[in-house]
Amino acid sequence: MNTADPLVMGIESSCDETGVGIVRGTELLTNTVSSSMAEHVRFGGVIPEIASRAHLEAFVPTVRTALADAGVRMAEIDAIAVTSGPGLAGALMVGVAAAKALAVATGKPLYAINHLVAHVGVGLLGDGGELPPHLGALLVSGGHTEILAVQDITSDVRLLGSTIDDAAGEAYDKVARLLGLSYPGGPAIDRAAAEGDPEAFSFPRGLTAGKYMGSAENPGPHRYDMSFSGLKTAVARVVETFHAARRPIPVADVAASFQESVVDVISRKTVLACTEHGITTLLMGGGVAANSRLREVVTQRCARHGITVVVPPLSLCTDNGAMVAALGSRLVAQGVAPTGIAFTADPGLPVTTVAMPAAV
Amino acid sequence: MLVLSLDSSSIASVALSRDGEVLERFDTTDTRSHAEALAPAVQELMARAGLTGADLDAVLVGTGPGPFTGLRAGLVTARTLGFAWDLPVHGLCSLDAVAHRVGPLALAAGHPEFAVAIDARRKELYWRRYRVAEEGGVVVLPAGDPQVSAPEQLPDVPCYGSGTALYPDRVPRPAVEGTDVAPSAADLARAAWSVTSRGGELSTDTSPLYLRESDAKVPGAPKRATS
Ligand SMILES: [Zn+2]
Repeated sequence: MNTADPLVMGIESSCDETGVGIVRGTELLTNTVSSSMAEHVRFGGVIPEIASRAHLEAFVPTVRTALADAGVRMAEIDAIAVTSGPGLAGALMVGVAAAKALAVATGKPLYAINHLVAHVGVGLLGDGGELPPHLGALLVSGGHTEILAVQDITSDVRLLGSTIDDAAGEAYDKVARLLGLSYPGGPAIDRAAAEGDPEAFSFPRGLTAGKYMGSAENPGPHRYDMSFSGLKTAVARVVETFHAARRPIPVADVAASFQESVVDVISRKTVLACTEHGITTLLMGGGVAANSRLREVVTQRCARHGITVVVPPLSLCTDNGAMVAALGSRLVAQGVAPTGIAFTADPGLPVTTVAMPAAV
Repeated sequence: MLVLSLDSSSIASVALSRDGEVLERFDTTDTRSHAEALAPAVQELMARAGLTGADLDAVLVGTGPGPFTGLRAGLVTARTLGFAWDLPVHGLCSLDAVAHRVGPLALAAGHPEFAVAIDARRKELYWRRYRVAEEGGVVVLPAGDPQVSAPEQLPDVPCYGSGTALYPDRVPRPAVEGTDVAPSAADLARAAWSVTSRGGELSTDTSPLYLRESDAKVPGAPKRATS
């Protein structure tokens, strides 16, 4: 196998995107994505069974398109990488079963890869493929909300903080529904908020009380963790108050105030985690990284502490196969042993497992 | 005609067959490890038979009905193998595998019509009606589309298949034997051969027979607090 610039196919199916990416070394050849997002619109959120059904139908066509787009044949691929968690169990299973079949049919080595670490793997693409030192990552999407410290992307990734209930994107979706806005909630609320007053309502900032935060020397139980379910409930209460009084809901003001709470908590906790862990570059990932207010506030607050913020193009922020391929390529280059085909997808895979070890 | 068959509608199973004769087979004992078991089983069977994908003529897959997650594992595995090996992929209702297996029992017991049922979870069964006749061999033909219902709703004909043993007191007419037979890739291969060897054609439609909606509900208007 060519281990200097391996040709790697990455497969992603942990949520509602069926992604197949192909990289050669650190060069991106294709990032082909088939999304079932439109099928979830009428439900106002991702329905796991619908996503799983869509993955089954999309898989082979997406692989075909990706190969054609990259101009390579399956036989030329050096290794296959697949997201094996975290994510929706039924959705992960489709990509994992398919990747195993590809590995068996072609005899290629298979790497079972962590979805969250793969989001950081986007940073490996292009420009010599080196990640900056003292790297951290802020991942915000409909499925997850995490702050990571990335010492070494193939061997030392730690979870500093995460949501303890809803993902931030999920909170956006639910609040969008309360406000009668469209799905996905992120862009809809971002748009509505642009016209609103972020201080019109004072919504709670989850897990920011002293008992959760503690101090740098003596951290509380949730110093870098986030919670958005109380916020969602608070918004529901405000909406209900307006309904009860038969007054129109001030959608823009509620959206802006809600978004301000989310953005305030995420950015404050992120900056705190970065400064206390010597992180000097922060990579943003996940679909909500596209949120204009979040980018603005995170960038501002990070700048004040000398932290550089990197936001990849949106197509590489949302779930995709290219990031899986990029991380897979690095694992191959570093001589990490492949996982093989005997593993089980793990919906709760911890970030400390960058790639699943081969079963013994 | 060398065929690799997979079924994941109940247990997970793989078989290699030549002209309907099973050369190698693999069957799990449980019904919850499809995504783990299928690919390694394919690899092992091919190695044991000393075959590569280039030796095969087709892939055959049971299209269900069956519990969704497991069913998809078999379907995506079969479709992907077909793609990578550039082979046609044929789909056959998984209940036909059981029907083919129990057909001779039904005929011997004097039952020209029977049903096959397997577990659909949620206290229901997936089932299908069949007709069986002796025409220079036992011929089993579907007599209706696959269904899902409560055990009591099955037709009043002898009922075979592993779903029968689950609800012996609720299925209208449980058969005496063959009430523990689950779909398997080996029986699926034989059922397919009984079709093609008589000049019939297999479908290239590998759409899953879900028979149930995805359970997703469109959320109603935001709930009003009642306090
Ligand atoms: Zn993601």
